[in-house]
Amino acid sequence: MNANSSTGGGLAGSLDGLRVVELASEHAALAGKMLGDLGAEVIVVEPPEGHPSRTYGPFADDVEDPEHSLWWWYYNTSKRGVVLDLATTEGAAHFRRLVADSDIVLEGEAPGALVALGLDHPALRGADERLIWVSVTAFGREGTRAHDPATDLTLLAGGGPAWSCGYDDHSLPPVRGGGKQAFHIASTWAVMAALTAVLARDVTGRGQHVDVSMHAACNVTTEMATYGYLAGHETVLRQTGRHAMPTISMPTQMRCADGRYVTTGFPPRSQRDFASLVEWIETLGFRDEFPETMLLDLAVERGGVSIAEMATDDLARDIFGAGREALCFIAERIPADDFFLGGQTRGLACGVVASPEEAFETEHIKARGFQVEVEHDAIGRPVRYPGAPFIMPASPWRISRRAPHVGEHDAEILYGEILGG
Amino acid sequence: MGALSHIRICDLSGQLAGAGATRYLAAVGAQVIRVEDPVKQGTWDIVRGAGPFVDDRRGIEFGSGFNNHNVEKLGITLDLRTDRGRELLRDLVAVSDVVTENFAAGVMARMGFSYDELRAIKPDIVYVSNCGFGAWGPHSAFKTWGPIVQAVSGLTFSSGLPGQPPAGWGYSYMDHMGADIMAVAILAGLIHRNGTGEGQWIDMSCTEAGTTLVGPDLLDYTVNGRPLRRDGQPDSNRSHAPVRVPHGIYPSEGDDNWVAIACRDDDDWKRMAAVIDEPWATDPRNDTLAERVAVQDALDARISEWTHTRDRYAVAESLRAAGVPATVVARPEDRIDHDPATSEWGLWPTAHHREMGDVRVDGIPVHFSETDWSIVHGGPCLGEHNHQVLSEILGLDDIEIEQLAKDGIT
Repeated sequence: MNANSSTGGGLAGSLDGLRVVELASEHAALAGKMLGDLGAEVIVVEPPEGHPSRTYGPFADDVEDPEHSLWWWYYNTSKRGVVLDLATTEGAAHFRRLVADSDIVLEGEAPGALVALGLDHPALRGADERLIWVSVTAFGREGTRAHDPATDLTLLAGGGPAWSCGYDDHSLPPVRGGGKQAFHIASTWAVMAALTAVLARDVTGRGQHVDVSMHAACNVTTEMATYGYLAGHETVLRQTGRHAMPTISMPTQMRCADGRYVTTGFPPRSQRDFASLVEWIETLGFRDEFPETMLLDLAVERGGVSIAEMATDDLARDIFGAGREALCFIAERIPADDFFLGGQTRGLACGVVASPEEAFETEHIKARGFQVEVEHDAIGRPVRYPGAPFIMPASPWRISRRAPHVGEHDAEILYGEILGG
Repeated sequence: MGALSHIRICDLSGQLAGAGATRYLAAVGAQVIRVEDPVKQGTWDIVRGAGPFVDDRRGIEFGSGFNNHNVEKLGITLDLRTDRGRELLRDLVAVSDVVTENFAAGVMARMGFSYDELRAIKPDIVYVSNCGFGAWGPHSAFKTWGPIVQAVSGLTFSSGLPGQPPAGWGYSYMDHMGADIMAVAILAGLIHRNGTGEGQWIDMSCTEAGTTLVGPDLLDYTVNGRPLRRDGQPDSNRSHAPVRVPHGIYPSEGDDNWVAIACRDDDDWKRMAAVIDEPWATDPRNDTLAERVAVQDALDARISEWTHTRDRYAVAESLRAAGVPATVVARPEDRIDHDPATSEWGLWPTAHHREMGDVRVDGIPVHFSETDWSIVHGGPCLGEHNHQVLSEILGLDDIEIEQLAKDGIT
């Protein structure tokens, strides 16, 4: 079974029949990709020289030109591309025609930029009550901070995520999570909102404007840092590789014999978990080297330990500590992948801290068809991409085409389907 | 009327990775009926009853995370170990558009609610499951929660400083993103159903969803053979794609105070240098990106010297006024109580919980011009809406409803 394939077996995607016109941006590009990969017909509009994100590396074969940007490739799959200079009469006219033929406009322009061009939602909605228009901006289109400059770093730092990320050593700075996640958070919300508006339109017959704030999106993507403060006025403290908490917790990230890391999560408490741990220690031949195994034996005999018991029962506390020590002991002596597989096959929740490439090369991911190939004429060979975020067999996610070259579809879209059509 | 007030969701999900998806759908009007287990008092969901707390009261009705993640949902209890409990769930599925869950792989089928069984009840049902490694595959039985998903998907590794262990994410980022992507799956499934009349089982692996969020780094590997596990990487406070210098988080006056500064181009730097107004900054040799890259460590050290004796807000505001992206690294109180952008947005609505009273919760970072979201009801107490749902939706009379409670079915 390989439902997660790049071809999708010829079935239409779930958004088949929806047309999206997207003004290229760095922060809403993932939203356009998600809509396109889900089957919408997405046309991305760039300025005549190509969008600046084409200058972002890394580059395929390290060739630094607009057609080799891996950033552009990744975020612009399943889109066709046209170039338009919106400041010219002709460019604006083409854009109006594209919008008139679309269900959804997706744009990440600075607040007021499209108003100045006369190409904002009120100006272009016209008589088309069905048009859905999604704006993705740093702080929303209106308000005190609407025009504050922002980047992925300042959004994650000012919006909350970075405060919770970093190290036990607070002389080291908080850390921005890698991978431009502020844009990913905002783009995912943009898609949620766009599809919500589509479903509402099924009932009301009317489209609407959707305002997405990246800053607000980061603010509500912080888990306990926010709800703990809202409910209990608690301020969390960052801790290496584990949850930020109001108090300092025990480490959960351990360095293995091969120098790679694992995360162990919460130590064993159930009888079954202690039995698994004892069996693992014995299989590895560590019983003699780890005398605290006796405490684990006791845990099995008494049926595990509970958090409540630890408040009053010294032995329960010692047993719990021994469970944690046992995981550390094993981790230091075997490679990280062995720890991960050895723990998980015994029912012990744990994870290996995989680099992206290691995460991508697992047998599990391959078996599920998560690796998909996309043809790339610029380098003359296909490229493996991450596949579907979810498998939907009746209307498969699929990369229908590689990211467009600059102006690649000008002729067929601007002079074929619209002016010619 | 909410945008989705025509949609009903039979929701067996929980924690944040599942509950967060239906939370959003409830806020935009869907009728979300969360089904919990009366025998275990809903404690399968580890945040039901877990702190932080609003006051000294403890117990299953006082978890602030549960309240936050389940606003605007109806809550019912059904003992699915019993025939009658399963029958009632079947009745609910029969009148629902969507079934959601984030149990471990295989749990739903063992309870008698595999997709084949669900579609026998409601042929066009949209069934969305979300588990750590997906419903099938060599690792599908592995146990996960947010930090494990983040570790195995590549996200934890991608976050850190050179020469240090992975910093990772100091919270369950993939519970949030897993929930959001699960919401996309539900919405896409509904759109497909509306267009074709066809339901389906959407199988989401949270790990795979996570790996879609490290795309360009992954392509550097698949195209160029260049792994992210290499010397000097990750280095996630700096900007390598695009190359931007200076770009980082710098210490400021006081205890654990920091500012983030990102110069997008030469002009940003020149404006920042003018604000600093010291010879090392305004030195024209720093005017080009290539030169700043060459001296990045020294430049960062100079900037840290400049920032660490200054107030964090003063630094951020002076740079922002000059057009340079800069901000304090916001503590919760900074962004919740002292940031006009969140208050003007209405980002912290007050929801009323039957036991806890009025509690502020996460709002929605999107505003709709016609059918905006609304959050006024807190998360449901255990079985809070049993009578309403059994009566109004399933058509039971008061005597039957009372008997179900007596029999421990609800």
